[in-house]
Amino acid sequence: MTGSVLLFWILASISVGSAILVVANRNPVRSALALVANFFVLALFYMTLSAQFIAAAQVIVYAGAIMVLFLFVIMLLNLGAPNAMNEKFGIQAPVAILLAVAFIGAIAGSGALVHGLVHTSATAETLANGGTVETIGRSLFDGHQPWLFPFEVTSILLLVGIVGSIVLAKRRI
Amino acid sequence: MSIPQYIFGIDIVPIIPYAAILCVIGFILLIVPGLIWIERVVIALMQDRLGPNRVGPRGLLQTIADGIKLFFKEDVEPDAVDKRIYYLAPVMTMIPALAAGAAIPFASITVAMGNGTVKSLPVIVGSVNIGLLFILGLSSLQVYGIVLGGWSSNNKYSLLGGLRSSAQMISYELAMSLAILTGVLMSGSLNLVEVVNSQAGGIWNWNMFSVKFWVVPGFLAAWIYLIAMVAETNRAPFDLPEAESELIAGFHTEYSSMKFAMFFMGEYASMLVVSGVATSLWLGGWNPPFPVVPFTLVPSAVWFLVKLMSIILVYVWLRASLPRLRYDALMNLGWKRMLPIALMLLFVVATIDTYTHPVLDAETQLGAAKQSGETLAARDTALAGGEARR
Repeated sequence: MTGSVLLFWILASISVGSAILVVANRNPVRSALALVANFFVLALFYMTLSAQFIAAAQVIVYAGAIMVLFLFVIMLLNLGAPNAMNEKFGIQAPVAILLAVAFIGAIAGSGALVHGLVHTSATAETLANGGTVETIGRSLFDGHQPWLFPFEVTSILLLVGIVGSIVLAKRRI
Repeated sequence: MSIPQYIFGIDIVPIIPYAAILCVIGFILLIVPGLIWIERVVIALMQDRLGPNRVGPRGLLQTIADGIKLFFKEDVEPDAVDKRIYYLAPVMTMIPALAAGAAIPFASITVAMGNGTVKSLPVIVGSVNIGLLFILGLSSLQVYGIVLGGWSSNNKYSLLGGLRSSAQMISYELAMSLAILTGVLMSGSLNLVEVVNSQAGGIWNWNMFSVKFWVVPGFLAAWIYLIAMVAETNRAPFDLPEAESELIAGFHTEYSSMKFAMFFMGEYASMLVVSGVATSLWLGGWNPPFPVVPFTLVPSAVWFLVKLMSIILVYVWLRASLPRLRYDALMNLGWKRMLPIALMLLFVVATIDTYTHPVLDAETQLGAAKQSGETLAARDTALAGGEARR
């Protein structure tokens, strides 16, 4: 067993464990914390796949910014009564287990559990440098590649989202 | 002034990162008592007081005595706390600060290689090409320690402190990131080693003072970074999360003995890290201010330390002279002043950058390097050539 495989199994067990904790915890703050851990481990996964930029973006955007806002809202929701924050499980749990079993069945049906992952034709150089900020920037803004237009459209979409949230939040514009 | 590659038959080049780990962790952990002493003495001088003067010469051992006292204090654990998160929170302020130190280059050593060439190597734990993004990500994780410490204490003052700090740190992170991006555009790399290398050759090349296209865009951006960095580390005048006059001690009201000391150490460690980034990004890192003899003889690590400590002194100076901001004034400053200015600066620098060296230039070189069938090394030299001409 090589080092990278060992690292994969360690990271995978932490990631699955934290993901289970997200849904198994009855306390929303602990769930959110487990989700932060999950996002962080996901970033480490990206790092082992030498996608450094995606890893950094994952930590900055998801683990750093979005989850802090989540925590902010959860903490504001119910002050003073920590027990009232605990969630009660109803029909949710059996349905979730059923869906999880169906999902694993679908994956097993596709043969991924038996054959493993399919090897790609990527060269060693692409693997080493494909995820750097420079490579991503150059391919994103290269006029010969089709990524510039979708990128700009996505930015307009995000702008609409920002303006929309301000309109919703303001009483008087 | 070069070190041989083999000392007692041991190749030192692969050892550098490990030595750097020891240096970073050792420096951050051991300098904290010194920083606290400096802070107390300097504030006392500024406020015309005596300051610590009982333990050791000029009170030098006072912080060590305080540290020993904290070790032997009873570890009080309030009844209604959320135990796991309560104990996790101080650790979560400490770890990101220590980890972020890994991406800061703090010296450059000249090594006489075995094959006769002389190479100057940066002393850094990990010279990664996402260096600044790595530091930004870790500094955005640091808010969790404070927020969770405030929440798990189950105390309304602590909770208010935690909420304040999360809002404050998210707000100022934007201005800080934009200022960092401005510096990155000026240097042309996210890797702090290359950022420092691009500022070699004197004080007029440092990002804070360098003249680009008849303007000095780095000067304002550096000030925005400095203000945002004080707010990021929750220091006066932005220490609202622990405002003692309103919130007792904010998020660490319920923390005692070494848990409190850990929060304290985390704060100082993050001060050191953001000051280290400021040094590397704006003040030329380990480069001497003038590339002439008396300055170049001083070791690079000393220059880095001098700059780092000057920024720490600015921290102390601010704490001694400015009153705490009101909360709405804090938000106004962050969102309505610093963010628009930083955005405009980024626009100006990006425009200058586009007009002074078009992207096409590096692209064609890249294509040429690929076409001639050469490997990565050729591409690197082509890019480095592009950098050098900036």
